[in-house]
Amino acid sequence: MNTQTRTLLNTGKAASIMTKPSITQFEHKSNNDAPVKVDVKNLQVFYGKFRALAGVDLAVRENQITAIIGPSGCGKSTLLRSFNRMNDLTAGCRVQGEVSLDGDNLYAAGVDVVDIRRRVGMVFQRPNPFPKSIYDNVAYGPRLYGVRRRTDLQEIVERSLKSAALWDEVKDKLGQSGMSLSGGQQQRLCIARALAVEPEVILMDEPASALDPISTLKIEELMQELKRNYTIVIVTHNMQQAARVSDYTAMMMIDEQRAGRMIEYDQTNIIFTRPKDKRTEDYVTGRFG
Amino acid sequence: MRKTFEMEIQQLKDELLLMGSMVEQQLLDAVDALKRRDVEASRRIYAADGKINSKRFGIEEQVMILIATQQPMAHDLRLLASILEVSAELERMGDYAKGIATINIRIGDEPLLKPLIDIPRMAQKAADMLHRALTAFINEDVETARAIPAEDDEVDELYKQVYRDLMAFVIADPRTIDRANFLDWTAHNLERFADRVTNICERTVFIVTGEIIEIGSSSSGDV
Repeated sequence: MNTQTRTLLNTGKAASIMTKPSITQFEHKSNNDAPVKVDVKNLQVFYGKFRALAGVDLAVRENQITAIIGPSGCGKSTLLRSFNRMNDLTAGCRVQGEVSLDGDNLYAAGVDVVDIRRRVGMVFQRPNPFPKSIYDNVAYGPRLYGVRRRTDLQEIVERSLKSAALWDEVKDKLGQSGMSLSGGQQQRLCIARALAVEPEVILMDEPASALDPISTLKIEELMQELKRNYTIVIVTHNMQQAARVSDYTAMMMIDEQRAGRMIEYDQTNIIFTRPKDKRTEDYVTGRFG
Repeated sequence: MRKTFEMEIQQLKDELLLMGSMVEQQLLDAVDALKRRDVEASRRIYAADGKINSKRFGIEEQVMILIATQQPMAHDLRLLASILEVSAELERMGDYAKGIATINIRIGDEPLLKPLIDIPRMAQKAADMLHRALTAFINEDVETARAIPAEDDEVDELYKQVYRDLMAFVIADPRTIDRANFLDWTAHNLERFADRVTNICERTVFIVTGEIIEIGSSSSGDV
């Protein structure tokens, strides 16, 4: 008899469980009580006359990992990029509706876009370190935001690299170029660079699609560590990855007008075992997409 | 990939149906051999249970391979998990048939306490329920799956009847107790067999709806 069983017997818990008629409900890893960190309401994004996103609603919960899945061209990246106004950089892009961070609409007049991008960091598909030293890559953001003292910068660089699970591998070669690292290390360097400015939300657009399986696993494990302190939103084509790493999954598709729409949003455990929408079912079982 | 996967799932379903037919046949044969007091036939039935067990291991292995290689989701995942569950149920049901064969072997040269009437009826009913439950499982026919467990009441009633008859013999002549026990044991095996049909029906509902529910007959658990 294992310890747990013995404890159950001693406390009489087993007896009380046995008398209950209900079927045991395993605890879902997602936390339904987590407050909403990013709230998307009726979001529409246009590129010129083309409507890329139509009426998207999504409540991203704090300290949870939310995966956005769906076939190519369904607007996943467009949605992700609206979380830190990266779409502003695309000519002809227009946004309607609301994206709020802790209740403040990111698209309201007078909002400081630079501050938003500090609070909402981003990691891209291909690792894109600056052609600078490892140290300077991580110190780049803090310097931009005015940190000057050497000891402060050193502390930030070390803390960020440790959080990105890269410190042990690079601590003796911080002066080397970031480009000299392997693909997986470069991606973790980019994560460290994002962490250095102490964001609240981290957006990841296919962060492991250019990496080998071992490096992918490291990134996925890192995400589990990071979610304690950050809210993470990931776009991924890899369904198994979404199933493995995320707490919530949002399924998107294009409609007849080729505009991206949110089809279903639920706990990841539900999306991959008993989705409600037939289109989600068909997508996660590989019938299309 | 999807085409290959669907073909492999179809093969698994065929294997499960075949296993179900084997179990059904074993049950009917076991009761028939008992009725005819054909001990040799019972020995063959006893030995044939090994084939049912191998079938189950084969299905289990194939399901594991599909889970590992295809990473099934949603309906596919529920179907594969349910096939695993149902193959285990069928194996146990095969054990009940084997149990009845064992009884006939153990009775040896003694004549039956009474001619078998209700026991073959129980076997027919239970085998028929299994047949339809498995067809409903393969066809994902929720309506039929929800209806079948209620028929278990009929099997339970027959079991009670058998039990009363046997007790009458024992009260009239306590020396018949061993022979009465053999037949009661047989009826009990049949009653358990029919009970397990309900579990198969519950899996059919699960595949389609994603909900694990207990269907149960009006008197499930009663003896």
